[in-house]
Amino acid sequence: MSLVVNLVLLVFLLVMALAVLKTRHLFAMAMLFGLYSLLVAGLFVVLDAPDVAFTEAAVGTGISTVLMLVTLASIKDGHELVSTQKSRTAPLIICVLMGGLLIYGTHDIAELGDPQSAPHMQVAARYIEKGQEETGVPNLVTAVLASYRGFDTLGEVTVVLTAGIGVLMLLGSRKKLRIKEVSNGK
Amino acid sequence: MANDLILRVVTKWLSPIIILFALYVQFHGDYSPGGGFQAGVIFSSAILLYSLTYGLDAGLQLIPEYILRIGASLGVLIYGGVGVASMVLGGNFLNYSVLGSTPVAGQHLGIIIIELGVGITVASVMVLLFFTFARRVAPE
Repeated sequence: MSLVVNLVLLVFLLVMALAVLKTRHLFAMAMLFGLYSLLVAGLFVVLDAPDVAFTEAAVGTGISTVLMLVTLASIKDGHELVSTQKSRTAPLIICVLMGGLLIYGTHDIAELGDPQSAPHMQVAARYIEKGQEETGVPNLVTAVLASYRGFDTLGEVTVVLTAGIGVLMLLGSRKKLRIKEVSNGK
Repeated sequence: MANDLILRVVTKWLSPIIILFALYVQFHGDYSPGGGFQAGVIFSSAILLYSLTYGLDAGLQLIPEYILRIGASLGVLIYGGVGVASMVLGGNFLNYSVLGSTPVAGQHLGIIIIELGVGITVASVMVLLFFTFARRVAPE
């Protein structure tokens, strides 16, 4: 059953990726990216990672699609992608090379769910054995993220705040906005 | 989009449910999938939906921007504050065990508070990003 679901999701993922490549309309491209994220979220559910699927569905499908659409709306003209007829050999070679390297790299990844694999031998085993006892939180992902890896999560939150401050500094100024409106209005 | 009756009605019914779901994901995150980050994003998506349907001014009326700026900083402050509080109480930075009467109670309390901090920051920053981007869209 899970094989069929996986197969359907992966085929749709491939179709979506090709559609993103083929379409020349940026609006459609933004929507297709959202759908792509939704399919990836489905894959995460099949892989028993509902926490990650949650994030992917909410951020990838929801917020980033909306932000992309708002960006498209704020650049009035330019919804069509202008394709230049440059040589495509070099990008193709780089893509094939990169893809080959990634496929070669997958040979070293541990089998899915293999309890003997390296990442499952040390800290992960301890989290699973002692996690609930030490933190009293049944959801192990929350226990690891919030307690064992509290420093990492503090860093993550600071990154989110920093990103917000960065956007505010670049786009938040009202004076610059007025200049843009004047130059647009002529 | 502000004149589409179906969108307006659906948004009016859907936004509170999304916010309720965000609160569930936030405070039930230690039992079921979810947590502060997901809850913050879901909460902000409700505000985004509202602002997309009813216009940016309605969204700004709902949550003024200065509250978002305060919220974004407040979340990180809560998170760091828990760390400092555990230091004051004699533990290491972010060691929640000293916060409660027993180590497990302390851990539980610490996790809930820092998840709240994460949620507040993420929700505020996401809505703030949207407002900042949307303000650059020239009126039709």
